Amino acid sequence: PSVAPTLPVRDVVAMTTEIVPTRVKIQLIDMLSTTGLSVIEATSFVSSKWVPQMADHTDVVKGIQRVPHVQYPVLTPNIQGFQNAVAAGATEVAVFGSASETFCRRNINCSISESMLRFEEVISTAKDRQIPVRGYVSCALGCPHEGHIEPSQVAEVAKKLYEMGCYEISLGDTIGVGTPGSMFKMLQKVMNDVPISALAVHCHDTYGQALPNILTALQMGVSVVDSAVAGLGGCPYAQGSSGNVSTEDVLYMLHGMGIETGVNLDKVIETGDFICNALGRRTNSKVAQARSRTL
Amino acid sequence: RASTVVPTEAKINLINMLSESGLPVIEATSFVSPKWVPQMADQVEVMKGIIKKPGVSYPVLTPNLKGFQAAVSAGASEVAIFGAASELFSKKNINCSVEESLQRFEEVMKAAKEAAVPVRGYVSCVVGCPYEGQVAPEKVAHVAKRLYSMGCYEISLGDTIGVGTPGSMTKMLEAVTKEVPVSALAVHCHDTYGQALANILIALQMGISVVDSSVAGLGGCPYAQGASGNVATEDVVYMLHGLGIQTGVDLSKLMEAGAFICRIINRKTSSKVAQATCKL
Repeated sequence: PSVAPTLPVRDVVAMTTEIVPTRVKIQLIDMLSTTGLSVIEATSFVSSKWVPQMADHTDVVKGIQRVPHVQYPVLTPNIQGFQNAVAAGATEVAVFGSASETFCRRNINCSISESMLRFEEVISTAKDRQIPVRGYVSCALGCPHEGHIEPSQVAEVAKKLYEMGCYEISLGDTIGVGTPGSMFKMLQKVMNDVPISALAVHCHDTYGQALPNILTALQMGVSVVDSAVAGLGGCPYAQGSSGNVSTEDVLYMLHGMGIETGVNLDKVIETGDFICNALGRRTNSKVAQARSRTL
Repeated sequence: RASTVVPTEAKINLINMLSESGLPVIEATSFVSPKWVPQMADQVEVMKGIIKKPGVSYPVLTPNLKGFQAAVSAGASEVAIFGAASELFSKKNINCSVEESLQRFEEVMKAAKEAAVPVRGYVSCVVGCPYEGQVAPEKVAHVAKRLYSMGCYEISLGDTIGVGTPGSMTKMLEAVTKEVPVSALAVHCHDTYGQALANILIALQMGISVVDSSVAGLGGCPYAQGASGNVATEDVVYMLHGLGIQTGVDLSKLMEAGAFICRIINRKTSSKVAQATCKL
């Protein structure tokens, strides 16, 4: 694969199933801000009724120390969430679409086309305020309810989000069932409708396939990779889904390939140690596990 | 090969279950000295106890002529020898230099040729060594070439401590394929840093068509400190099937074998596919 000057590794801050104290979330984000990561997705302005572990979204956005040249996007599922996010100081937002009709209904209680109307509102309002919007497409390589997802389904949603004004589309393997085979087919299709420079991948490691899937995406020209420190977090709505891919493991691979990321792996490992201690959880990062053994 | 002592009967059952899963080659045991590696003391019993399925090979490790002879009389019909790309690793692992080990192997090769027993060669530390750190691709190529010229039908290149990445794998394979035909090469990746599947994918892209793995990702190397975890066969097969590659392996039977051995040794599986499937 060609060497990109820097490969943004977006850290997705853990959305664990437990309630994490606000000050811990803030400290986590502040530590990540010193690692060299250029984008740290801070929180989600979803309804606290549905996702109680995000109830402190305003406090988090107000509490973090914003480091220059680092972006702190937040998820905003609708116009109300958007307005709350902006009032709290957010300067970048993200909307969360799905390639699966069933997943969409179960996750955000409406159809794909209804969700697009909601997002359109957010995106046009964001445009007026000159706030960039990133679009996510979940279930890009498979759905916990529908099973197989056609690449064309993914392309359709990705295209819509891009045409509505999202600057980047992150394609998510929500339940981690994808392989280099399905990743290749899906990206091939999506690339017809969205320029490769506007694409990112968000792989889950549930079946251990995340790194080869990311490698495949890189080989096809994708240059933005989502990950989560210590591989924490999954999706509270996707049953069985566990484990974002670990930022540490992704970085180890990218650096080994000679790709410059601008991120300090040791600092990410330190941050992972911190949050795992705070949560009383073991890291999911193999790099972190290997490093702790050699000390 | 776990660090706990596994009951002989359990080893035999495991191998029999693996035979039923469709795997074409199952490395059964190791004819090393039980003084050095006590968990292999039942090597003869294992060889004699397993049901040899037609079409399946059951190679055994033979570090020297004595081991080779013991293996053959126990019924082995394929053997493997184990070289290193790192001098320090060779010294610490088998107490001699790389060149000395290759000379030892010449003896085994000669006897194997006479007995018409195929020999597979392993090269360890191909992309990093626990003692030396970086390993030169040319050194790996040199050792691989020696083993191949001596008569090994296949050379398995091992990332013993799992430090390799698609970057170092590519460089190493480029050097080795200059000296040994790619059809005679295999990769043996460890997943210590989570890189195994990505490394295997790169190897496949470069034409390698034989991949070593271990059910449930059990085993590592008792001599490589910090080395844990062969890559899990279940996870490799999942990836290969997703790529449309025919392996002849029945993934559910394989997972059964993994579940069995994990129960016996009271360990959690290292296979993510197995973990994910358990949750459903």
